[in-house]
Amino acid sequence: MNKARGKTPRRLTFQVFRYNPQDPESNPRMQSFELDEAPYMTLYIALNQIRETLDPSLQFDFACRSAVCGSCGMMVNGRPTLACRTLTSDLSDEIRLHPLPVFELIGDLSVDTGKWFRQMVERTEGWIHTQRDFDPAAPEQRMDDDLAQAIYESDRCIECGCCVASCGVANLDQDFAGPAGLNRLARFMMDPRDERTDSDWFEVVSTEDGVFGCLGLMACHDVCPKDLPLLEIHAYLRRKMLTTKLA
Amino acid sequence: MTHSRLRSTDVLVIGGGLAGERCAIEAAAAGHDVVILSLVPPRRSHSCAAQGGMQAALGNCIMGEGDNTTLHFIDTVRGSDWGADQEVAQIFAEEAPRAVRELAHYGVPWTRVRGGKNRYFIKGAQLEIDEREETDGLMMHRDFGGTAKWRTCYAAAGSGHAALYALDSEVIKLGITVTDRAEAVALIHDGNRCWGAVARCLRTGRHFAVVAKATVIATGGYGRIYGQYTTNATINDGTGAAIALNTGVVPLGNMEAVQFHPTALAPSGILISEGARGDGGYLLDKNLRRFMIDAEPGKQELASRDVVSRHMMRTMRDGHGVETPFGTHLWLDLRHLGGHHLETKLREITEICRDFAGLDPARDLIPVEPTQHYSMGGIRVNKDGHAYGMSGLFAAGEVACWDMHGFNRLGGNSQAETVVAGRIVGEAAADFASGTSLNVNTGVAIAAVRSAERHAASWLARSGSGPDVYSIRDAMGETMIDKVGIFRSGDQLQEAVDRLLSLLADCDRAVLRSKVPGMNPELSFALRLKNMLRLAVVTAMGALARTESRGAHYRTDYPLRNDTNWLNRTLVRWPESASEPEFTYEPVGPIDVPPGFRGYGRDDQLEMEVSVDQYNKDVFVRQATEGRLESREPAGSRVRWGEWQEHV
Ligand SMILES: Cc1cc2nc3c(=O)[nH]c(=O)nc-3n(C[C@H](O)[C@H](O)[C@H](O)COP(=O)(O)OP(=O)(O)OC[C@H]3O[C@@H](n4cnc5c(N)ncnc54)[C@H](O)[C@@H]3O)c2cc1C
Ligand code: SF4
Ligand code: SF4
Ligand code: FES
Repeated sequence: MNKARGKTPRRLTFQVFRYNPQDPESNPRMQSFELDEAPYMTLYIALNQIRETLDPSLQFDFACRSAVCGSCGMMVNGRPTLACRTLTSDLSDEIRLHPLPVFELIGDLSVDTGKWFRQMVERTEGWIHTQRDFDPAAPEQRMDDDLAQAIYESDRCIECGCCVASCGVANLDQDFAGPAGLNRLARFMMDPRDERTDSDWFEVVSTEDGVFGCLGLMACHDVCPKDLPLLEIHAYLRRKMLTTKLA
Repeated sequence: MTHSRLRSTDVLVIGGGLAGERCAIEAAAAGHDVVILSLVPPRRSHSCAAQGGMQAALGNCIMGEGDNTTLHFIDTVRGSDWGADQEVAQIFAEEAPRAVRELAHYGVPWTRVRGGKNRYFIKGAQLEIDEREETDGLMMHRDFGGTAKWRTCYAAAGSGHAALYALDSEVIKLGITVTDRAEAVALIHDGNRCWGAVARCLRTGRHFAVVAKATVIATGGYGRIYGQYTTNATINDGTGAAIALNTGVVPLGNMEAVQFHPTALAPSGILISEGARGDGGYLLDKNLRRFMIDAEPGKQELASRDVVSRHMMRTMRDGHGVETPFGTHLWLDLRHLGGHHLETKLREITEICRDFAGLDPARDLIPVEPTQHYSMGGIRVNKDGHAYGMSGLFAAGEVACWDMHGFNRLGGNSQAETVVAGRIVGEAAADFASGTSLNVNTGVAIAAVRSAERHAASWLARSGSGPDVYSIRDAMGETMIDKVGIFRSGDQLQEAVDRLLSLLADCDRAVLRSKVPGMNPELSFALRLKNMLRLAVVTAMGALARTESRGAHYRTDYPLRNDTNWLNRTLVRWPESASEPEFTYEPVGPIDVPPGFRGYGRDDQLEMEVSVDQYNKDVFVRQATEGRLESREPAGSRVRWGEWQEHV
């Protein structure tokens, strides 16, 4: 961690993708910036330093800067990841930054993941479907803690889009639910509060835009910065769909 | 002006965090057209970062047995150091159980009671407790500071995330319009009545107006007035509170009441949740001594946050902190909780330590220091969330001073507030919208958009040499943490006020280096800067004026709580054209539980000179003269006079 401490700091070179669609004079290009590395330097710190001292027009997104809000997904040396929790000390001294593919570009490193995810939730109807009205006077419906933990495990996705960016199918087919979308489906499927039936699920999940669009190469599983068990989740969905089909 | 630049709706909700989304759901369920504006997609609001959980007195587990809403109410009032509005604290405590259960209905995977043998850490010792089988599967609680019982409901270490995703799912299901990457920059109003807001699109930089029958501000905290010395997200910049202040009519309440969280990871400022201490974590000095045992023998690490933060500062000032090139810190020790517990129940904490400090809490000590965390103050509203002095304007969540927190909020009470207040304020805003029509002159809205455009253009038009916006921001942050921090004194606060006022003047000379079309990040920040400084100024001036210590506001030159003179709430108004703000004071609210010892911290104070009855006699009249609007039910109607006495 403290590689940088006590030594002369490394000189880092950042190759950053630049394009401002709002500016008729802007063309897509790479721009290079240099900074001295500092201890505990993350890409959040480095990019802000670039913006504040070198080029004030640079666009990127950070909010929580603690790897929980999912704002800062970007391609770091060709791999999608959260910039805020990437320590420069884990990278070589030449760092390439691109916006995530798949999502609409807003400018430079900023992309519209919010829009993509809202549409995904709308398409997969990612909410609890229930006929029951909430009864303010009644105690909560019971749930086994193991089940609660299992739901939480898949609910944890922060919609950063890294898995989507890594997915070959999502890159080609805008309608594909994508790894994060499949995960959302699984999250509601295992939740007994959601009253959708197996055949309801079958309609959304077992299509080319659902789990059968997936090629199963699991690039998504390897890049998820929150370590979601996408491998198991996809296996769960396929199993469920096959048993529904047989039944 | 094209149509897309002038939109109208019934209820405009500014902010898509827990409070804003809960409001929006309530208003939409009442049949209204609702628009949410948010800086970021709602799920990225800072509510998602809350790890610890929400307090609600369900009393499901053994350590929470016998809990009830009255005990929750008493804890909240004590925690507030009697600065809270006790009627609001009462309403909150009563409604919290419903709110967390409703979230369960929307899908939050709350952690549940496991019937049978469980192993917990209590004050550092491991204990085996048999949970009753009949509570198996009900919502579990964890221990948080300043509470009589285990009361905090949680979803592993991602309570805020789970709650926000559940509410946002509901928002999407209801088809509520969400305009994200939009920043409200001014309210549309005529000095009495609010008619919506002007916003700036953060994709294109274009301004537009949303005209509304009722407007709710739910923009969260504004910790970034402390620069980088905060646990808050970068988007917690306070524009929401500032646009209310800029009306000159709506007061902000208790801005000097700022909470510092004991355990931010040093030096990044990222929060390590109180859940870490709730589950049995220790604080250690440089000699690995648990200094909180001597300092607070009763509550130890789980005294309220203001008290723990002060003991930490003292320990460091007395030379017992760990010195590093980046400053002084103390240690948080979680090693004894074991890898399994850390990987499951405290997983987010484990990840933060690993990702941002390269540490493994199962083996390593964690460097921590107290850091700005929460704003108890904010837009002063009545119990319906209706802003003082401005009909049609509401506020909910951290940005509001509804005022259940007074001078210190308890862990787990803020998230719970967002959903409790969200429902109540959403309903009040919906009622208000139902009883009114949208007869605003569109000329007023168009003029407001033009004025915001001119303001942005004036930044771009400036040239020559002048300070840059980021250096002004850094100077503001340093001033706030050094002089308006945990320990405050008259001379330091005076220096802070002078410095902040001069920084405010610097804003008018500051020059942008980038004039690119579009959202222009430097311009976007510049437009926030003056607003942030105005909030910083009123915070420092409020702290200077308050010559006592109460909750998180600690004056080394006035170390005692002073109920003789200061059992009141600070109100500040600042017309945009005036050079300095104006301060007034109002009673805290009806007093049911009389001021006394909190159960931790100092046990001496200057007593009230009037009787509680006398104090209560003209409370509502005095608040009305300060601009409190009539609530739907009469003021004071929800106080359960004297009921607390059966529980102490
Ligand atoms: C790291 C951390 C951990 C916490 N943990 C806990 C906990 O465990 N328990 C607890 O009770 N409390 C906790 N808190 C406090 C609690 O989480 C917050 O007080 C609460 O979530 C605030 O919710 P909110 O809805 O008021 O605001 P936020 O969630 O901050 O939402 C604000 C919204 O307003 C929008 N917005 C802001 N300004 C504008 C503008 N000008 N125009 C348009 N939109 C705007 C934002 O985009 C966002 O959508 C924690 C706080 C922090 C910082
Ligand atoms: S496994 Fe499926 S979802 Fe994951 S990256 Fe490959 S194709 Fe995409
Ligand atoms: S599954 Fe992982 S990578 Fe994909 S959006 Fe969620 S958190 Fe990001
Ligand atoms: S800024 Fe929130 S995940 Fe990186």
